[in-house]
Amino acid sequence: MTNILLTGVGGQGTILTTKILSAALVKLGYDVKMSEIHGMSQRGGTVNTQLRYGEKVYAPNISQGEADLIVAFEKVEALRALPYLKKGGTIVMDDREIYSMPVLIGAQEYPHNAVELLKETADSVIVIPASRIAEELGNIKVQNICLLGALAGTLGLNGVDWNALIAENVPAKTVSLNQEAFKRGRESALSV
Amino acid sequence: MEKILMSGDEAIARGAWEAGVCVASAYPGTPSTEILENMAQYKDDLYCSWSNNEKTATEIAFGASLGGVRAMVSMKHVGMNVAADPIFTAAYTGVNGGLVIVSADDPGCYSSQNEQDNRLYALHARLGMLEPSDSQECLEYTKAAFELSEKFDLPMMIRVTTRVCHSKSVVQTGQRNEIKPLPYVSNPEKYAMLPANARVRHVQVEKNLEALKDYAETCALNKTIYNEGDIGIICSGICYMHAREAFGDSASYLKLAVTHPLPDKLIKAFCSKVKTVYIIEEGEPYLENAIKALGIECSGKNRLGPQGELDAQRIRAAFGLGEPPEIYPQPAQAPARPPVLCAGCPHRGFYFAMQKHKDSIVAIGDIGCYSLGVSAPFFGFEACICMGSGFSIPIGLSIALKRQGDKRKVIGILGDSTFYHSGFNSLVDAVHQMADVCLVILDNSITAMTGHQVNSGVERDLMGREVPVIPLEGMVMSAGLDKDRVRIVDPIDQQAMNAAIEAAVSTQGTFVIISRRPCALLKEEIRLRAGRHCELDRELCRGCKACTKTACPSLAFEGKKAYIADAANCTGCGLCLQMCRFGAIKTVGG
Repeated sequence: MTNILLTGVGGQGTILTTKILSAALVKLGYDVKMSEIHGMSQRGGTVNTQLRYGEKVYAPNISQGEADLIVAFEKVEALRALPYLKKGGTIVMDDREIYSMPVLIGAQEYPHNAVELLKETADSVIVIPASRIAEELGNIKVQNICLLGALAGTLGLNGVDWNALIAENVPAKTVSLNQEAFKRGRESALSV
Repeated sequence: MEKILMSGDEAIARGAWEAGVCVASAYPGTPSTEILENMAQYKDDLYCSWSNNEKTATEIAFGASLGGVRAMVSMKHVGMNVAADPIFTAAYTGVNGGLVIVSADDPGCYSSQNEQDNRLYALHARLGMLEPSDSQECLEYTKAAFELSEKFDLPMMIRVTTRVCHSKSVVQTGQRNEIKPLPYVSNPEKYAMLPANARVRHVQVEKNLEALKDYAETCALNKTIYNEGDIGIICSGICYMHAREAFGDSASYLKLAVTHPLPDKLIKAFCSKVKTVYIIEEGEPYLENAIKALGIECSGKNRLGPQGELDAQRIRAAFGLGEPPEIYPQPAQAPARPPVLCAGCPHRGFYFAMQKHKDSIVAIGDIGCYSLGVSAPFFGFEACICMGSGFSIPIGLSIALKRQGDKRKVIGILGDSTFYHSGFNSLVDAVHQMADVCLVILDNSITAMTGHQVNSGVERDLMGREVPVIPLEGMVMSAGLDKDRVRIVDPIDQQAMNAAIEAAVSTQGTFVIISRRPCALLKEEIRLRAGRHCELDRELCRGCKACTKTACPSLAFEGKKAYIADAANCTGCGLCLQMCRFGAIKTVGG
């Protein structure tokens, strides 16, 4: 059984990423369950999706200390999700910063050193500059597919036609852009 | 058939389609919304439409069932309170075409005002009830529900929870079974529930439930899994998955699919084969009370409590199943990230203007995106309980405040969708009772919070038909208000909004403000403003922070100057630039 927690901010595309990942895992023959709690997430809140795969999966959600892998689309969200990481598990994260309302109005401090803190605490932290790669490619929105590439690389999920899955799930105009983002993310993870 | 991943909501829609459903209706509400949204893909085979509230949605489905076709209505748990009136009597009449009522409960209150356990509705309203635990069961149980509804002449309730609705799991789909409509035959003794008929039907509904109970004793949907050991667990819905995760093969399971009426003999037989019986359920001790009433010793609620969502870890902790996993210590506090009004949200303009009048008003809210105005920095209202109440609580509150010499004006706030839902009734009460209140409709031209479902103010329906728009101002005027007591204002225009609030506060009697600007996330709005956003000249900025008081997520402040932190999401709505006395902000592009 492998447990993955994906976390980001409403609008970053965590749910689409989880959808493509879970479709790939079904194609690989695994039993898969994913859980996404949404409702107010378009309004700038934290979005978590949880994905579990293996021979047979019962509960769709995971508890604290159970995630083999956390994929964070934003720095502070990696920090927030840390209690879910299994001892010895891996964090794959973008170092992008998105300021929440308490930070914007100066009521709370943003911990800019979150990556360093996480590296000191957890055993395995892989930073993927996915939003910078996405910006280089000309569209910040492909950050999510870039992270999907990093995730596929980290998990060693081979034998899947990722390009076809991406084409099925993203707007027609952005297929090649997303495929490129995936490739760059995967290369980035494999070079760590 | 291909195996695909589906959410519980998608699978319920698929199951209904496969069962040959002809009419599907609903009012949006998390976590049930995607059920009807997913029916739209089958619109060539069936009729599906959003209703203005759960009661009308239920009555539309009931009418279709009466007319001989299979019909389904779906709602969130609190929606069932609104629909309870027709539901309680629909059990008495029974059905013609199969009638399925889906209740999506929200243990943990992920996006609801309470955690009510609607299994008690099945018992109370005399409905049959099925509880699926994953997406495959959502599909299969929905199909079964239509069959059982017709076979036992009962409306069937499918009871799901957020974790079932919004989890995806592997589903094997089937084909649509096109059902020939049953003839509509006039039968007032069965369907016209006047006292003389209702008394007779009450006897019949109890007989129908007895017959369904007999069926449940042996039906294949209820499953028993025996393992080694003394412990036997009785559960239903998602709690089976959590229990199975926590106890694994160290316990035996009775996984109930039919949870009303309960199969007493099956339960007794299971309990006789184990030494210790645990009931694992979220919410109320629904199963536990019923099983104790059979004279069976069992427990569970004393360890799990009625609040919140269960998960495997909570069950392990409650039943002493091993130590919790070790977790990493938190090296720093992550700043909170509460949901906020989006950049360009029209509601921000209203709440910002309202702040200026804080001392002379008391505000009451309602359920929708604008509920987010309750928190910092606007603190926009002080009470909020259910849909439509934003317009009726103020009537009573204003009377109470007057009694104690409190001269503040009571303001009621709701949205276009909640006004159509039930707010109109409250407005009529306010006008007729000559209430001294100001009622504000935050009209963003869509049901936004649940993800942009169309309502009676939109010219297209779920099936893509062009439909008549029911104008809010027409409804307001029809209640008999003079023109000088109704203002339609763009909430971003602060001068106009301030003037409207001032007029409302200083006018004795009922006053209505329609705060009108479409949701900034509507596709047409995004297309219309493409490229438009604000620019802030750091040279001109004096660091007075007036603009940041709008609490726009696109604006930030650092190094003693404001700046546009997120130009991609800034809509250039222009609220912040009205705050700047130094001309540092301007709208560009678009």
